[in-house]
Amino acid sequence: MLRHLGALGFLLFWLLAASGITLYIRFDTSVASAYQSIGELEWWFGGVLRSMHRYAADAFVIVVLAHLIRELAAGRFRGFRAFSWISGVPLLWLMYASGIVGYWLVWDTRAQFSALATAEWLYGAGIGAEPMARNFLGAEQISDRLFSLFVFLHIGLPLALLAGMWVHVQRLGRPATVAPRARALGAIALLAVLALAQPVLSQARWDPGAVPPAISIDWFLQFAHPLMYATSPAALWALTLGATALLVALPWLARRPRPAVAVVSAENCNGCGRCVADCPYEAIRLTGRRAEVLAERCAACGICAGACPSSTPFRSVAELVSGIDLPELTVHDLRRQLQAALAARPESVVFRCEYAKGACAGGDISLRCLAMLPPSFIEYALRHGARRVQAIGCRVGECKWRLGLELSAERFAGAREPHLRANVRATRLNDAYTFALR
Amino acid sequence: MKQALRIAAQLALYVPLMALIGYFSSAPKFSPVGGNEALLRLSFIHAAPRKAPCRERSAEELAKLAPNMRAALDCPRERAPLLVELELDGKVVLRREVPPAGLKRDGNATLYHRLPVPAGKHRIAVRLRERPGAGFDYAREATVELAPGRVLLIDFVAAQGGFLFRL
Repeated sequence: MLRHLGALGFLLFWLLAASGITLYIRFDTSVASAYQSIGELEWWFGGVLRSMHRYAADAFVIVVLAHLIRELAAGRFRGFRAFSWISGVPLLWLMYASGIVGYWLVWDTRAQFSALATAEWLYGAGIGAEPMARNFLGAEQISDRLFSLFVFLHIGLPLALLAGMWVHVQRLGRPATVAPRARALGAIALLAVLALAQPVLSQARWDPGAVPPAISIDWFLQFAHPLMYATSPAALWALTLGATALLVALPWLARRPRPAVAVVSAENCNGCGRCVADCPYEAIRLTGRRAEVLAERCAACGICAGACPSSTPFRSVAELVSGIDLPELTVHDLRRQLQAALAARPESVVFRCEYAKGACAGGDISLRCLAMLPPSFIEYALRHGARRVQAIGCRVGECKWRLGLELSAERFAGAREPHLRANVRATRLNDAYTFALR
Repeated sequence: MKQALRIAAQLALYVPLMALIGYFSSAPKFSPVGGNEALLRLSFIHAAPRKAPCRERSAEELAKLAPNMRAALDCPRERAPLLVELELDGKVVLRREVPPAGLKRDGNATLYHRLPVPAGKHRIAVRLRERPGAGFDYAREATVELAPGRVLLIDFVAAQGGFLFRL
């Protein structure tokens, strides 16, 4: 589950959209009937679908925050990942705004509390020419047009969130926006079970003359309201804006020296586009008939070198120059290391991703990523005396560069260029491959 | 066997998560005011009079202006700030100068103030000054019985004579 938090976020968003659109069919957007129209929903509609809508919103918050914490803990926010990180920050605001406004539609005392708390918070920052809270103070101030605004916000904010989510994954090749089927079905089934076991209920109807004595608030989405009353609107502004500024500044605050990015050799690049297709960060584009590296996006993972058809050790040139290569660990360096390994210990050659678990033995050939290894190197080793060749990657689903294992698996299975030739048999055990000639 | 263990591990993660969602989605309850408290809200939108009255421009002044700008009256737009005072049981609990909105300080002055008070009978006095000088232009005083959890809204509408108390 932890490996699919981003994809689960997308799943929950679509679940929220589908359930929300269905609920809207029966929702009456008027002051007089909004509360009643929700209360009249049948158990299977109001009880289950509405509950799923609400619990999915809570699960969305948890999944998004867990995604943020996981990426933060793994250090995946700086350098070439800064764009994805920074573009994710406004999504937090949009997520909370979408959820909080959704509660107002119910027009119960929880809605009253939340709308007034939000209005008081905005007034604390001087937002709006007039205090927004005045709209909620008495029955005479509240008109059906206010509901049109609520509905507009509860549709517009999630649409803005969706647009932001699209931007958020723009710098990723093959973004994981679809959760694996088993996990998706499991999550939906568990939300349905929760909705059946504990259907959500409206509170008493909105009463502008009363302060609700004890409100069942949603702590995932509405935690900021009690926090504001425990401190002050100014303190909450300072906290939210401070946290936002910190998240945005983090890529610069925790900056690290970047390794040298991939370079293209014009003489050896034929513009085939394999490196463009395989780059996990959309850092390469074709300009004319030649690859071009966008330096600020490049992770220096070497996957492009592994994809290049010119990265074959069988080429009879003294200096092996690939169409695209890492200056700090060239394909020529790899061939030299392989030749040294074959001379020293021909019984076993091991290619190992530098982020793979387990210690790197003395003779192992270290790679930035398993997909940096062109499959022709395996055949080369076997043809030049190696009795056993192994290639070890990161743990399944934990690839440092997102797609290394996936791309390697496709290349070794002959499903992706450059593929492993049919005369080599690949056997996979978890994150390690063993190769032998047929 | 391995698949069963994987499903069990997934369930072990999902089920507590769902329990967490089920609980914190509506609990624990939160009380915005204490059990024996009521809420007083003072809120209004009011435009104070202009700081200076209109005056007639002299012929020399008009001649200096561009032809399309020759308005006979010169009316400064700036309004005076309001001074608001709220007194609860003889003690001033709020005294605030409320400036008019706008870059030219010619808009409405607005105020929203929220004050939890103990439930029961209170003597409430509220005053507003809209012109520079001493004293207040509007004032209202009343004894109000506030039940726990009720809201007293104090609004100001000059056309209706000043402060309005709405329970």
